[in-house]
Parts: sequence; C-alpha cells; structure tokens
Amino acid sequence: MLTFILKRLGLAVLVAFTVSFISFSLLFLSGDPAAALAGETASGEDVETLRRLYGFDRPMLVQYGDWLFSALQGDFGESYYFKLPVASLIAERLQVTMILGVCGILFALITAVPLGVVAAIRPNSMIDRIALFLSVAGQAMPSFWFGLILIVIFAIQLGMLPPSGADSWRHFIMPTIVLGYYAMPAIMRLTRAGMLDVLNSDYIRTARAKGAGESRVLFKHALRNAIIPVVSLAAVQMGFMLGGSIVVESVFALHGAGYLAWESIARNDLPTVQALILVFSMFYIVFTFLADVLNAWLDPRMRSA
Amino acid sequence: MTDTTDPLSREIQGPSPRQMLKARALSHKGLVFGMVVVGLLVLVAIFAPLLAPHDPYAQSLMKRMVPPVFMGGTWEHPLGTDHLGRDYLSRLIYGARVSLLIGAVAALISGVIGTAMGVAAGYFGGKVDAVVTFLINVRLAMPVVLVALAVVAILGGSLTVVICVLGLLLWDRFAVVMRASTLQISRRDYIAAAQVIGASTPRIVLTEIMPNVFNNLIVIVTLEMAHAILLEAALSFLGLGVQPPIPSWGLMVSEGKNMMLFEPWLVLIPGAVLFALVLAINLMGDGLRDVTAPEGRS
Repeated sequence: MLTFILKRLGLAVLVAFTVSFISFSLLFLSGDPAAALAGETASGEDVETLRRLYGFDRPMLVQYGDWLFSALQGDFGESYYFKLPVASLIAERLQVTMILGVCGILFALITAVPLGVVAAIRPNSMIDRIALFLSVAGQAMPSFWFGLILIVIFAIQLGMLPPSGADSWRHFIMPTIVLGYYAMPAIMRLTRAGMLDVLNSDYIRTARAKGAGESRVLFKHALRNAIIPVVSLAAVQMGFMLGGSIVVESVFALHGAGYLAWESIARNDLPTVQALILVFSMFYIVFTFLADVLNAWLDPRMRSA
Repeated sequence: MTDTTDPLSREIQGPSPRQMLKARALSHKGLVFGMVVVGLLVLVAIFAPLLAPHDPYAQSLMKRMVPPVFMGGTWEHPLGTDHLGRDYLSRLIYGARVSLLIGAVAALISGVIGTAMGVAAGYFGGKVDAVVTFLINVRLAMPVVLVALAVVAILGGSLTVVICVLGLLLWDRFAVVMRASTLQISRRDYIAAAQVIGASTPRIVLTEIMPNVFNNLIVIVTLEMAHAILLEAALSFLGLGVQPPIPSWGLMVSEGKNMMLFEPWLVLIPGAVLFALVLAINLMGDGLRDVTAPEGRS
C-alpha cells in the first residue's frame, strides 16, 4: 500500500510540474509578452522598459525557474489588471467556486445514484428509460444554454430565484443544478453498470438464498460494492467541474475563480491566467490522487497498478 | 451469394456478416434517428447558399428584432431577425457549417494525434507506453475550457485557431481507447505470426492492428466531434471563440442573451439546434458502438 501511495504521489508531482511548465509557456505563445502587454500603441522604448521591468529579457527557462520558485511559496506575482497579488485575488474568489463545486457534485450524486440504482434493479423499465434519456440528453446539453433557460423560466417568468449574483444560498440553486447536471450522466451510468454487475454475482445469490431481505441485499451487500468506483469517479468529475465552472459562473455572474479566469483572459492578464490554470490543474491532480488512494484502500487488487 | 440459380445453397448460406450488421443498424432506433438528423444537418450545411432565404450577413436597421412566424411574425423572416436585422433562419443555416466544420476537423486532428499515441503505446509497451500514459495524465489535468480560452485569446479568435486549439486538446480519449484496444490485439496470435514472418512494424500496424481497432475509432470520432462542437459553442458564447459577424450558434446565443428578457427565442432557437445536433451525433456514436460491438453493450 505504501509503495503504491509513493509511486502514485511521484506521478502526481511529475504531472504537476509538467502542467506548471505548460501554463507558464502560454505566456510566450504570443511571441513577445512585453509587446502584448504594452499594447499596439506603445513605442519601442516603452516595450523595452516593460521587458526589463517584468524580466522578459532573461532566458525563458530562468524565468520559469523564478516563477516556479515563487509559486511554490505561494507567490504568483502581481495581476496586470487588478494590480493586486494574484495569490490573494484567487484565494478570495476560490471560495465561491468551491461552494459551487461541492454543491454541484452533491446534487449530481444525490440525483444520479438513486436513479442508477433503480434503473439497475428494474432494467428496461420506465425509470430505466427515463434515466437513460436524462443521461443522453445531459451529455448533449450546452451548459450555457441550460443556464439561460433556467434563468428565463425561474428568474424571469416565475420570479422565484435571483438571476445572478452570489449573495444568498438562493443564488446558488440554479448554478448548482447546471454544474451538477454536467456530472450526472457519467455517475448514473457507472452506478447502473456497477449495480447490474454486482446483482448478478454469486454472493448476492447467496445472500438471497440465506433469506436476507431484499432491501438488505440491495443496500448492505450490493450498493456498498457498486459504489466504490462511483466515489472515485465523483472525485475526478469534481476536478473537471471546477475547471468547467468558468462557463456557469459567467452565465450567472457568480464572481468566483472561473469568472476571474474569464475576466483575466479577456483582459490579457497573463499572471492571473497562468496561476488559475495551475490552481485548477492542482485540484484535479489532488482529487484524482485521493480517488486512486481511496480505491486502493478499498480494493487491494487496485494496488498493483 | 452471387449464385442465384441454386435456391438450396442460398438457403444454407444465410445472411452475410455485412447484411447482419445492416439489419442490426436499421433496427437500432437511436442510431437511425442520429444518422437522419446528422445527415439532414450536413445537407443543410452543404447547400446553405441554396437553402438560406437571405444573406446571413445582410443587416437592416429597419427590420431589427422581427419576431418569428409562430410569435406573430411573417414568412418573410420565418425565424425573425436579430438585433442587427439579420435573418435568423439564414444565420442558423450558415451556423451549421461552422459547427460541423469545426467538429469534423478538430475530431480529425485530435484523432490522428491520439490514435498515433495510443497505438504506439499499446503496440510497443514499455517506455513508450509510460511516456504516453504520462502525457495523457498531464492532458487530463489541464482544464480544457480555460486553456482553450487562454490560447484563443492570445492568438486571436479565428476559425483556424479555434479548430487547431480544440484539435490539439481533445486527443486524450482517442489515446486512452486506442491504447487499450491495441494492447488487447497485440497479444493475439496473428500479430505474433506477422512478426515471425518478418512483417515490418508499419505493415503490422496498418494491416493487422488498424482494421481491428477501426470500429472503436469511429465511435470515438463521433463522440469527440460532439465534444468539439459543444466546446466551440461555449468558447464563442464566452466571446473568445469564433468572432462576429460569423454565424456560430454559440455566438448567436451570446448575442441574444442581452435581449433574453423580451425576446427569449433569440436564445432558445440556436441553443435548441445545437442541442439537437450534439444529441444526434452522440446517439449515432452510441448506436455505432452497440451495432459494431454488441458484446460491449452496457
């Protein structure tokens, strides 16, 4: 188990460093970051001043090393636009995104797992078909459009919920549904497939044969085993969702980290963009690492991987 | 099969695998529905200049925000006009070109990259496999929307840039699936036999492996095409994808957003078409998987 954790940790760290290098090199994609920063109207002299001020005249690898060293200490530089330290800017905005992400994954689990279980107990029934339809439709639904439709119905027509902002818990209802709906299909499919698999296994037959009640068989014996892969999928989906919250946050004008990403990309605020890419990647890396460790702990067969 | 004079032999032979595949395909409702809708939209995209009643770029200040026919408009503009007086139906029709082009080319680019990586990893194993698996991990850790937005913003939003960015970002599923299927096939005896008779690696990959992973590949192509179309729409919606005045469905939703309060159809129509296209492509992909590999059904 320890070797597995160490190996997996080594991989996570290596991935994190590679991601950090890629997000850093985005800065150089435009060719000359100093010219891009100065704008089209700047004189050659201004560009040179900026180049020296921000240290763009040094070799790229030196700049990367410098950036990484500061980043490891929690210093991501200063935002070009907000003129504030990037780290505190992100920390401040991350709260909203985290609330949204946790609510979203909980919503997805609360709706998708029961649906998947019922669909597996009664394959090809009405509920199974509805679950299948929801998961197929969910994968095809553009999240920004879904969000706008909810706004039209619940905020404009019915006036039940506020259309935008993050002042109270009611502001989070629609964003939670939109973000959670995105993770639902995968969780539901995996729950259904896992339950079907388990329900056909020998030990379930044995449990039934020895006279265990149906609900005891379903929840104590079957679901506990079928849910293992779902837990790790949920962790992975959570990582994806935080990265995908940028669309939802801009639809509902929730001023979280995703909204910050959108603002800073539109304003060419590269230090913030670089840091945000790294932060969102780190969430994914940490979540998948925890999911793999949890899996290995629950199922020793996974430890060999 | 060509011998129709002997009824006995025809009876014994039964349907060929190809005929059985066709029968399975035609009895699969999702696949048929998906193919019909995708086929129709492809035709619409190809014949856009013939089908569109107006020039999708022609503005008219006199005819701004004309409502669609079912909301009290006229047949002059069946789906009404937008805030610049451009015919909505024509923009919708030309928008099919943008979505399908971006989806197809991005899926093609990512398909080539991902398949090359996946097949190499599965066939050679060892260090090659380790490197490819690592690259897949790195790619999955990068937030797609964020990176795509940032790159498009830096390089400037054009059709070519959006296609290339999506093509370079969406290869992960190709690599994962192709790696797994190649790994499975490489252990078969006929691969060993080909190696023993001295067939070159390119020959083995092209004539022994590729035909056997082709079905899986087609399924991923369709699913990733749908993924690319959704991402393009999201990027354009956020204002950092395809730039105006090009009629992209995502952009149309974004432009209609400000008038959503009074004219919700400006948002509803392009979004519904986008949803229908992506749904149809997904149904087609799922259907192809069911039909070509019945054993892999869940």
